[in-house]
Amino acid sequence: MAGAGGGGNDVQWCFSQVKGAIDDDVAEADIISTVEFNHSGELLATGDKGGRVVIFQQETENKSQPQCRSEYNVYSTFQSHEPEFDYLKSLEIEEKINKIRWLPQKNAAQFLLSTNDKTIKLWKISERDKRPEGYNLKEEDGRYRDAATITALRVPVFRPMDLMVEASPRRVFANAHTYHINSISVNSDNETYLSADDLRINLWHLEITDRSFNIVDIKPANMEELTEVITAAEFHPHQCNTFVYSSSKGTIRLCDMRASALCDKHSKLFEEPEDPSNRSFFSEIISSISDVKFSHNGRYMMTRDYLSVKIWDLNMESRPVETYQVHEYLRSKLCSLYENDCIFDKFECCWNGNDSVVMTGSYNNFFRMLDRSQRRDVTLEASRESCKPRQVLKPRRVCAGGKRKKDEISVDSLDFNKKILHTAWHPQENIIAVATTNNLYIFQEKVN
Amino acid sequence: MINTMECAVDAQSLISISLRKIHNSRTQRGGIKLHKNLLVSYVLRNARQVYMNEKYAEIYRMQQYEEVMTVCNEIQELNPLDLMEDCEEQTGDCCGSASESASLCGALLPVSHQVPPVQHIQPSSACSVPMALQNEEVCKAPDPSFYRSCCAEAYPVSNCDFSPVNNMHCNKTTVLDLDTHVVTTVENGYLHQDCCASLQQCCQGAQSPAKKRKLDFGYYVSEIEEVPDFTPCKRAKFEDSSYVCTEHLDTSNISNLISIFGSGFTGLVSRQADLEQALNGQFCSKQALASLGAWTRAIVAF
Repeated sequence: MAGAGGGGNDVQWCFSQVKGAIDDDVAEADIISTVEFNHSGELLATGDKGGRVVIFQQETENKSQPQCRSEYNVYSTFQSHEPEFDYLKSLEIEEKINKIRWLPQKNAAQFLLSTNDKTIKLWKISERDKRPEGYNLKEEDGRYRDAATITALRVPVFRPMDLMVEASPRRVFANAHTYHINSISVNSDNETYLSADDLRINLWHLEITDRSFNIVDIKPANMEELTEVITAAEFHPHQCNTFVYSSSKGTIRLCDMRASALCDKHSKLFEEPEDPSNRSFFSEIISSISDVKFSHNGRYMMTRDYLSVKIWDLNMESRPVETYQVHEYLRSKLCSLYENDCIFDKFECCWNGNDSVVMTGSYNNFFRMLDRSQRRDVTLEASRESCKPRQVLKPRRVCAGGKRKKDEISVDSLDFNKKILHTAWHPQENIIAVATTNNLYIFQEKVN
Repeated sequence: MINTMECAVDAQSLISISLRKIHNSRTQRGGIKLHKNLLVSYVLRNARQVYMNEKYAEIYRMQQYEEVMTVCNEIQELNPLDLMEDCEEQTGDCCGSASESASLCGALLPVSHQVPPVQHIQPSSACSVPMALQNEEVCKAPDPSFYRSCCAEAYPVSNCDFSPVNNMHCNKTTVLDLDTHVVTTVENGYLHQDCCASLQQCCQGAQSPAKKRKLDFGYYVSEIEEVPDFTPCKRAKFEDSSYVCTEHLDTSNISNLISIFGSGFTGLVSRQADLEQALNGQFCSKQALASLGAWTRAIVAF
């Protein structure tokens, strides 16, 4: 029985599955834009640039054969968002799914929130494995029978059918954001959720679509005075009054909704002073936080900026308790990365089930596992070359300069088009989902 | 201080790259990305800062040499045979001994990139004293005279910028008005009316350039402001009605931004020099930063 994610280096990761097209010619609509496990880990949802959501379901484990780890198979696919046009501003609204968040399961159906730049939708995913048969007035295919031919009455009955999974939009939360939505987060009260765009955060009730409350507004009176934007926001996992939001300036603000209706004034401000010796043209860009995630226990939060991952103790605002370099060798390449726009890539990060290991993506289809308890880290690669079933992933090393050792890859050979921006960790087991540009890799802990 | 691992040459290319990004973002699918443009504007500002510092240092060196040569020529008219060689030899000394207040004086004077680098040579003749004094006098001349020279000489319509001696000749430039998307082909880097507008600014003093730029973007902003906002807004939106009045004046300045960049960055130098010269030759960082931030954010504001 798998534990809740032990040390990243004690665990050996092996290939389990890969989803998506094999050809190198990537259709833009297939680019994966978000990955999220549900609360039990049984379901894994992905969103893509084409506005589609694909949900995978873990097959029920065969308990008698634990080494045959269960696989994720397609459960449901649906078109969540369509491209829209805002006629007032002559702007096209992309259908790309920015975020998916699952609601905790309350009944047989599953619910998730998916959002593009402007509109959030609540989807109900339900199963149908029975259908009524034996109508009097209708044929089985739905055509109406000629009333004159009916000579007897019967009671329709439910008969089993092939499992059908239906996704239906239950709520559409629209017209509340002027700027691009970057985050959604479901509250622990299971009734409300927040949505954040560049300048504002709104609080919604899941049942009410025509109204939301603005709880944070950092838009200055004069736009010329704009110095920072909101980059991510999340509710605390246990305290329904607490949420955090990160900014492009590298700060995180923790807000308490009990303090006032408008949470412009933060309760805590987490900020680490900049190292002046590292100052460059791109200092502002690389300090912009791209993701913020609370730990499962609610005591810590993790932030991701361009080059590092930082773990913050909620009780200490002055500096992070831990800092991990993700790809420090890129610091000297910032100019090129600015030219090719890679410096604007927004990497996400995630915790394992027991908050002992964190994971984040990098370039060349590399991803990094950072073990907090043992202070060790490893770089792994999601590639088609290591796709044999249960093949153990070999640690990768990047040579920053000087003599390149065997098995190392030099910085200049890295493929910056192959980036891992989205990763997810199963809430209980050592199963991870890693999204390359258009493929989803699933890796599992090696079971001896 | 920015760690200039990248030198001033890269600052220049960074500026052009950044502007290109901002321009491209307007046609990208999904609309302008506020976050990305804000970050690009920071790079733009940083690059400009470095570029300006390098440029000032260069101009300062060149200006010292020019002034000395000018004085030498004047002396030469009196004593053409005697002091010619001495004056040239003393150039380095004068440059080295010039006071700090002279640092910005030459910003408006013609700069020639063909002037050879200045050599530091031991002072040995009386030439150095009068030249130094001359130097100080020239540099500490009252501001109105500099305004006059600026207005009278530096903005002739036929010359596009402050450095007519400059090798960078202004050609026909295609100007894109960021606001109306109107493309105009411009002779000599400036629309004629922009020249005059700049002229006015220069002569009127410090407040107007900065203030004008500050107001520029209210013009942008009011247009983009969201109209139906369904969220109950708990803060009154502040719209300064005074923005509207200055719209017609600001249009020329807005389109000027692209023409400034189009004319090879001398526009950048001269604008900044304008502002600082107007403040009695002293750096007023607050004002400089205000205009700095204002025009970079101009491009971002939408």
